[in-house]
Amino acid sequence: MAATATPEAVEARIVEALASFGPDIEQVTREATFEELDIDSLDLVELAQIVEDDYGVELKGDDMKNLKTVGDAIELVVARAS
Amino acid sequence: MTRRRVVITGVGAVTPLGVGADVLLRRWVAGESGIADGEGACRDFVASDHLSKKEIRRADRFAHLAMVASDEALASAGWSDELPYATERVACVLATGIGGLGSLEDQHDLLRDSGPKAVSPLSVPLFMVNAGAAALSMRHSLRGPAFSVGSACAAGSHAIGTAARMIQTGDADAVVTGGAEATLTPLARASFVAAGALSPSGISRPFDARRDGFVMGEGAGILVLEDAERAAERGATVLGEVRGYASTSDAFHLTATEPDGTYAASALVAALADAGLAPDEIDYINAHGTSTELNDSSETRAIKRVFGEHAQAVPISSTKSAIGHLLGAAGAVEAIATLLAMRDRVLPPTVGLEQPDPELDLDYVPLSARPFTPRGERPVALSNSFGFGGHNVVLCLEGVAA
Repeated sequence: MAATATPEAVEARIVEALASFGPDIEQVTREATFEELDIDSLDLVELAQIVEDDYGVELKGDDMKNLKTVGDAIELVVARAS
Repeated sequence: MTRRRVVITGVGAVTPLGVGADVLLRRWVAGESGIADGEGACRDFVASDHLSKKEIRRADRFAHLAMVASDEALASAGWSDELPYATERVACVLATGIGGLGSLEDQHDLLRDSGPKAVSPLSVPLFMVNAGAAALSMRHSLRGPAFSVGSACAAGSHAIGTAARMIQTGDADAVVTGGAEATLTPLARASFVAAGALSPSGISRPFDARRDGFVMGEGAGILVLEDAERAAERGATVLGEVRGYASTSDAFHLTATEPDGTYAASALVAALADAGLAPDEIDYINAHGTSTELNDSSETRAIKRVFGEHAQAVPISSTKSAIGHLLGAAGAVEAIATLLAMRDRVLPPTVGLEQPDPELDLDYVPLSARPFTPRGERPVALSNSFGFGGHNVVLCLEGVAA
């Protein structure tokens, strides 16, 4: 059963997931870029797996390629989930 | 053309006796054992004390152990700040028996329970057999040849021998080498039990009449090898030299060693020849000494065959009596223990050897350490490693003058 994809819930889940990959949670702001956070393509595939598990949103490689910031990822998931 | 000499300028280890190379020798010499509940786990090793969150989740435990041991080895070589060579001239040859088995088991569980989409994109880099070599290459900017060596329980010594050859032939000026293993997993336990190799009593007592199999351990040993001339130019502190190396194969049986030790003996002969030494110039043998019925008897036969009447005069001991069998890391950790024993002029004991096997009548330094008195100015030792598949490797290591 997919969780409800409110913007707040999606943001909290994505921030938590990204922080588990390495950066300190305070660094993971909406404006932070994946480059700054040292989040690479392998991490983004894991993020996509988590998002799909939790919200039933399937993200493909092409979707992920254009993501630059944490905020980009949050907006994409919220948009797809609605 | 005289071949380049190869010296060891740094060592690092994580073993069931603790984090660090010195603690390994100190506790082994004291007759302590790192084995508990039938296994040699690195209980003192907490990955997060040494590695970042990202480093931990992107590597299997065997690579964690290798990374931490490599930090110590490079620091002791004086390499902490920067490499003293062009990065392309520094190689990395790392042994492992199995690789990231724990990660492979975890991902297989996910595949079975949740389907293919649940498998992590990190799976292959976690469990691939070269993951340790790749991790060290990236961690320390080693841009020469980097690869892993696989020959089961002989791999650690194969790595060091291969590394020495790379320097001798000029393929590299220095090599970060050694081995790492972390297979205290359900599948590895069950597999070794099924093969009849693991000790049902959970006691590692090489050369003892009651020995009943090996005790599995985990850990890593890393050595920094350098071209002797280049090391001297940069004023490096030298711990010892790789004098000789040889390797043969039994071509006999998947798991059982050839009972007479015929081809282990060939490796001993060839390693001595490579070092240009006679048996009576060897001060100590660090045995493979697994605590299996067959290894300890065939290894004893091999030593007798090569050393003849001098066999009784060479002290022999097994590091596995104190830490268990570290599989692909064993040869590397044992080479480090041998170098430190030569440095400290101490013969570490075969721990737990209380009831000698009447068939095995050499000097296995039972129970208590003894002073190490080299015959010549510099101590010289052999380190034996034999592996499933019939691989035999012998290293000849020389210590430094007092």
